[in-house]
Amino acid sequence: MRKYSLLTLFKHAREHHERWPRMWRSPAPKAAYEVVIVGGGGHGLATAYYLAKRHGVTSVAVVEKGWLGGGNTGRNTTIVRSNYLRDDAAHLYEFALKLWENLSRELNFNVMFSPRGVLSLGHSLQEMRDIERRVHANRLNGIDGEMLTAREVQAKVPLLNCSPEARYPVLGASWQPRGGVARHDAVAWGYARAADALGVDLLQHTEVRGIRIENGAAVGVETNRGFIGAGKVACAVAGHSGVLAAMAGLRLPIESRPLQALVSEPLKPCLDTVVMSNAVHCYISQSDKGDLVIGAGADSYNGYGQRGSLPVVEHALQAVCELFPAFSRVRMNRQWGGIVDVCPDACPIIGKTPVDGLYFNCGWGTGGFKATPGSGAVFADTLAHDRPHPLAAPFSLNRFHSGALIDEHGAAGVAH
Amino acid sequence: MLQIHCPYCQGLRSEEEFAYGGEAHIRRPADPGALTDQAWGEYLHFRKNPRGLHRELWQHAAGCRRYFNVLRDTVSYEILKVYPIGEKP
Amino acid sequence: MAVSPSQPWRLAVGGRIDRTKPLRFTFDGRSLQGFAGDTLASALLANGVDVVGRSFKYGRPRGIVGQGAEEPNAIVRLGTGAASVPNLRATQVQLYEGLAAHSNAKGGFKRYAGAAAGLLPAGFYYKTFMAPKGLWMFWERRLRHAAGFGEAPDGPDPDCYDKLNQHCDVLVAGGGPAGLAAALTAGRAGARVILADERAEFGGSLLASKLRLNGGAAADWAAQAVAELGALGEVTLLRRSTVFGYYDHNFLTILERRTDHLGLVAAPQEGDPATGAAPMKKARQRLHRVRAKQVVLATGALERPLVFANNDLPGVMLASALSTYVNGYGVAPGRRLLLCTANDHAYHAALDWRRAGREVAAVVDVRPNPQGALVKEALASGIEVIGGHGLIEALGGRRVQGALIAPLDAAGLRLAGPGQRMDCDLIACSGGWSPAIHLSSQAGAKPHWSPDASAFLPGTPRQANRSVGAAAGTWALADCLRDGAQAGAEAAALACCGDGLPPFQEPRIAWRGTASALANEPPEEPQQALFLAPHPKPVSRAPKQFVDLQLDVTAADIELAAREGYESVEHVKRYTALGFGTDQGKLGNVNGVAILARALGQDIGATGTTVFRPPYTPVTFGAIAGREQGELLDPERRTAMHGWHEAQGAAWENVGRWKRPWHYPKPGETMRQAVDRECLAVRNGVGILDASTLGKIDIQGPDAAVFLDRIYTGGFLKLGLGRCRYGLMLKENGTIFDDGVTARLAERRYLLHTTTGNAEAVFAWLELWRQTEWPELQVYCTSVTDHWATAALAGPRARAVLQKVCRGIDLSATAFPFMAVRCGQVAGVPARVLRISFSGELSFEVNVPAHQGQRVWDALLEAGAECGITPYGTEAMHVLRAEKGFIIVGQDTDGSMTPDDMGLGWAVRPNKVFGFLGDRSLSLADHQREDRLQLVGLKPLDARSVIPEGAQILSTTDVRPPAAMQGHVTSSYFSAVLNRSIALAMLKGGRRRMGETVHCPLTGGQFIAAQVVNPVFYDPDGERQRA
Repeated sequence: MRKYSLLTLFKHAREHHERWPRMWRSPAPKAAYEVVIVGGGGHGLATAYYLAKRHGVTSVAVVEKGWLGGGNTGRNTTIVRSNYLRDDAAHLYEFALKLWENLSRELNFNVMFSPRGVLSLGHSLQEMRDIERRVHANRLNGIDGEMLTAREVQAKVPLLNCSPEARYPVLGASWQPRGGVARHDAVAWGYARAADALGVDLLQHTEVRGIRIENGAAVGVETNRGFIGAGKVACAVAGHSGVLAAMAGLRLPIESRPLQALVSEPLKPCLDTVVMSNAVHCYISQSDKGDLVIGAGADSYNGYGQRGSLPVVEHALQAVCELFPAFSRVRMNRQWGGIVDVCPDACPIIGKTPVDGLYFNCGWGTGGFKATPGSGAVFADTLAHDRPHPLAAPFSLNRFHSGALIDEHGAAGVAH
Repeated sequence: MLQIHCPYCQGLRSEEEFAYGGEAHIRRPADPGALTDQAWGEYLHFRKNPRGLHRELWQHAAGCRRYFNVLRDTVSYEILKVYPIGEKP
Repeated sequence: MAVSPSQPWRLAVGGRIDRTKPLRFTFDGRSLQGFAGDTLASALLANGVDVVGRSFKYGRPRGIVGQGAEEPNAIVRLGTGAASVPNLRATQVQLYEGLAAHSNAKGGFKRYAGAAAGLLPAGFYYKTFMAPKGLWMFWERRLRHAAGFGEAPDGPDPDCYDKLNQHCDVLVAGGGPAGLAAALTAGRAGARVILADERAEFGGSLLASKLRLNGGAAADWAAQAVAELGALGEVTLLRRSTVFGYYDHNFLTILERRTDHLGLVAAPQEGDPATGAAPMKKARQRLHRVRAKQVVLATGALERPLVFANNDLPGVMLASALSTYVNGYGVAPGRRLLLCTANDHAYHAALDWRRAGREVAAVVDVRPNPQGALVKEALASGIEVIGGHGLIEALGGRRVQGALIAPLDAAGLRLAGPGQRMDCDLIACSGGWSPAIHLSSQAGAKPHWSPDASAFLPGTPRQANRSVGAAAGTWALADCLRDGAQAGAEAAALACCGDGLPPFQEPRIAWRGTASALANEPPEEPQQALFLAPHPKPVSRAPKQFVDLQLDVTAADIELAAREGYESVEHVKRYTALGFGTDQGKLGNVNGVAILARALGQDIGATGTTVFRPPYTPVTFGAIAGREQGELLDPERRTAMHGWHEAQGAAWENVGRWKRPWHYPKPGETMRQAVDRECLAVRNGVGILDASTLGKIDIQGPDAAVFLDRIYTGGFLKLGLGRCRYGLMLKENGTIFDDGVTARLAERRYLLHTTTGNAEAVFAWLELWRQTEWPELQVYCTSVTDHWATAALAGPRARAVLQKVCRGIDLSATAFPFMAVRCGQVAGVPARVLRISFSGELSFEVNVPAHQGQRVWDALLEAGAECGITPYGTEAMHVLRAEKGFIIVGQDTDGSMTPDDMGLGWAVRPNKVFGFLGDRSLSLADHQREDRLQLVGLKPLDARSVIPEGAQILSTTDVRPPAAMQGHVTSSYFSAVLNRSIALAMLKGGRRRMGETVHCPLTGGQFIAAQVVNPVFYDPDGERQRA
């Protein structure tokens, strides 16, 4: 992999940028690989990268039905934070956050991770109790977190409506300074380029149509480009996990729903942190380009249509206008939906399935993007050693039978 | 935004009047005590979640408050059938 | 040629403007004048304003290119402060007196752009700013300030917004010729029609057309059509209204701009002294939420610019835009025009220019030997036509001063000879037309590339719609009218009425040029596809050839992306930012796709286009939010006694949607003092609480008891008449969902209470099981929360107070025991009295019909006056129940607790006939763990220290992460009656840890040490509530 730097930028500028190398190859599929990863989004690509980088497993293919990063990686609102309540979730997301902090240098690709801080607003006494509980738990888990008063919140976000007369006044907030946003597409591209350089085959426009199972074990995938053999089949396909599972005759504790999001037209800087509100439901940040990036709720029903829906966006913009009355005259420029795979306890499933050689990494729901590096690293470790990575162990499929749910719903604030 | 025919109100109404009830035709086990943890977990959490035709429960929450079943395509969102509880055409 | 001195480019005659109504406006502080009927863009052009903005990345000067939604450069902010509106297209802003516009001239890296421009190829930021750590944050700050367009308003929106829900048979999107024809035939058939157009006037291309219809002006035909539609009762005409979204099940959204053409802020509707009506805010914009049976998409087409070197110079325009300014606004923004085209249609621009008395340097036509009627007319008018040539580079500094043209090969891909310089100060270009397929695509149709039309055309409709006219790639006016009429009739027939045959007389179309005349519209010869004009230098070295003018994306950027392996059109879009601007690629996308396809050596159809998403043009947040803001965001629920609480100066707590008194501070009292006073009053005398907000569900039917027995963990089959029982409701996963007291009112009738916040969820839960799983049970549930007002009297004197005003109930302890319900009269009002207690004191909850609530409340206060009756709020209620160890679902539980965790095993009756919801989960492996969190009490060792609610619990004072957290504090108060602080907590294996000392770290680094105790702090035997 030829290195990117200011120096190479200068060099290539002298050559009118005519000699930049390809980001990744477009190889023909081989007959078989040690590991076939289904899903060329951030999670799948990160898994491939860490398999090759940390575990020396380079006989890896990433099979993607469309283009790399074309699913939820390219459709989310790019928020990164680790201030989860439950120990298991907190450790996993904090592991990911630590990887984020060094990711651009690790990949030699600027993923624009911008730790500009994440505010989670509290609007009721109970929300403030929950925030207090979460901040205390975070600090004891080594995760940065502070409680802010409404006045301190106002100082950080001048345009936020902190009036006590508001319908649901801001009573305070939790503040994670190390949280922030990143450039979502760059994460996929950075991992793809680095994985490709380590010998991973990235197979775009290769759609998995079946999982071949022999003697109770997965031995490969049927694709539109033919059969590809695999020692292990690892699925990281987010919203479409249920579809893949069905190919192997499995069911998952997952429901797929479009999560709605929108952006405004670009504005000069007017919001310097990420602001999330559970009670007045929305989350909002400003991209480097200047767009207000706004996360709304999910559609209330299952669906695979990656389409924007109006009612959810109406509610989100009511929340935005309530929290930021000055944004009322700003305009929506684009809206869309991404299919999230939601588990009953709002936590992921990482690891083995009842079919030998078949592994799933799914159920991230609305929290997938921020976990990307951590998810890839623990999944790669799990695949390489054929046992759950210690951080992944609590996130087994088995918990839905034992009752050991991790339940991040209630107390963790908005789960995005 | 969906438009759903309420079989009780006999009319098309907007999605906003309805509450989604998840996958339909999941019977509560007659004798939960006789189930293994595994089987009970399946009943509790595991769903078909198909990409395509889906039988699902809806309630006309802001209307007659009645539940009914809907057969809907989860990709096109086209509604193919609306039918009462207890039936499965 | 006479010109207005203040408007150098304004023609003396012509255009749909009113020269008798001059309007003053400012642009970046410069005072200028335009006329009624102008857009800001036409007025700026009339005034000779060439530079209207600076480009996003390179800070290059930019001028007006288009005339409508496609405009990428003229992006302005109107006004200042709270009422300002950022990022409006000047081409869509109607001029009004006093308009103040501000450009985005501050944008871009122009400080760096000169020498450093070569360092800023697409995606340069991905390749650098990575090390050392923190460098990116430094650069990000600078990038953010360089990027962005307008400034956000700085205060609350002075305007309001409306919504209208509409149903129609046929929605026609676009009021050009095809749309008007469709609306006419649908309307004539009797259909309920909505016709919406984004412009102030219907007519579309007819307004500036030089064709004659039925012997009159094309605009007159449009006016007649509009007049007829206006007279049809079932037709709604929406001007200044953009159909911006096409959602599932034929649901469409229209943004109607009602007052933007009049001023920055909507003038209030005047009051009427005669009727006493107060002045009212008028909605600035209105969102129409339309459910249409059938839709006709007549959204027209957007002209495509040509990509050539320095094509961003001010003075380069779309050919159709130029015609619009000349014909529609009487503006001719230059002296000498060079037109470059690959189709006949664009010749109109040269002819219009000529007709305006201006000079045409030449028409440069890519096609080797153009022969169409318009070409001939141009030649006959003395216009030089240079075939087989292309415009390869614009010359000039702040405005076009000339152009390089050069012969091209037959395919238009390569230079076939040396270039020559042409003098001109205005360049108009046309690369063909892109149908506005946005709505069709949003509705699910996959666009397909038509090599004949050189355009993406609408795919097979996936919803009840049809595209007609230019939106379907139909260019000739006669065809547009005929297809529109047919589509309208068909849509009406499918939706409601008519036979599908268009009742439509096609108008006679004629055309008269200066040199020739035709009894039809001039036929056009085939166009040639041209996207990127070749240049002597390769794309990577040529002067910048802009594809997306707004985001400074060049042909070289696209080729670079392809070279680097970004092969998917979505990758290229995301890598270069092509089409991400406020115009969403309306001008640039097709050229970008074509350039990419060529770089990849594949055809355009295989390359495909990016996905079209709502909205078509940007939509005001406030309009989508509507009125549901401020107090209407989520309407408050208020009890019958709300006004009384308010008069007492109650502090409020939001509980769900309800407003509940939190405490009643007296003058000079702190919250703590008020709560202590209220608590002590209940413990020592009597207090009164407004408990109306608790959810109440009336359950009736022969199987009511069986139903409750299944819903609740406890037994309800044997609950005696007139008795009450505490019930615990679980989710099927075994966790606590809700709790409350249920009273048996009659043989087959129960009253179930829920927590305040859960009332709706519990009601839905009951209905779910009743209707879907147990339809055989004869039981009915009715929510009666709002029917009743509830006053809870609590304290040792409660009986004495109630005695004074209660009739028909024997209140003695034997006749009316604890956990019983009785009916009688309180203050002369029929009342239902429950002897239940959430404070641990003797307590009566008096329920009366809501409209009598205040009256009864007043009577109870009067009766209690001599006992010093004290109203208390939710905070005192919380303290009192915590002293008793009573949990609050949602505060002490968090959705993961089982009954046993909360010490409520006594409320669970196993081995019921049916069992109960959630029963099986209680025996799951994880629910048997001994180290589960369990409810305990905590007594801080320092009786003055109140632990913060939410604090975590440690066994030691070692906080080094990861610290072994033992649990957390859920409720914590100072108890006045105990004169010490107390807390409830969830502690791992807590019930086996009584007496242990635990430590709660505070954020400041201190600790509060506490002893683990039984959660019942006060009156452990419960004697007081049974008194």
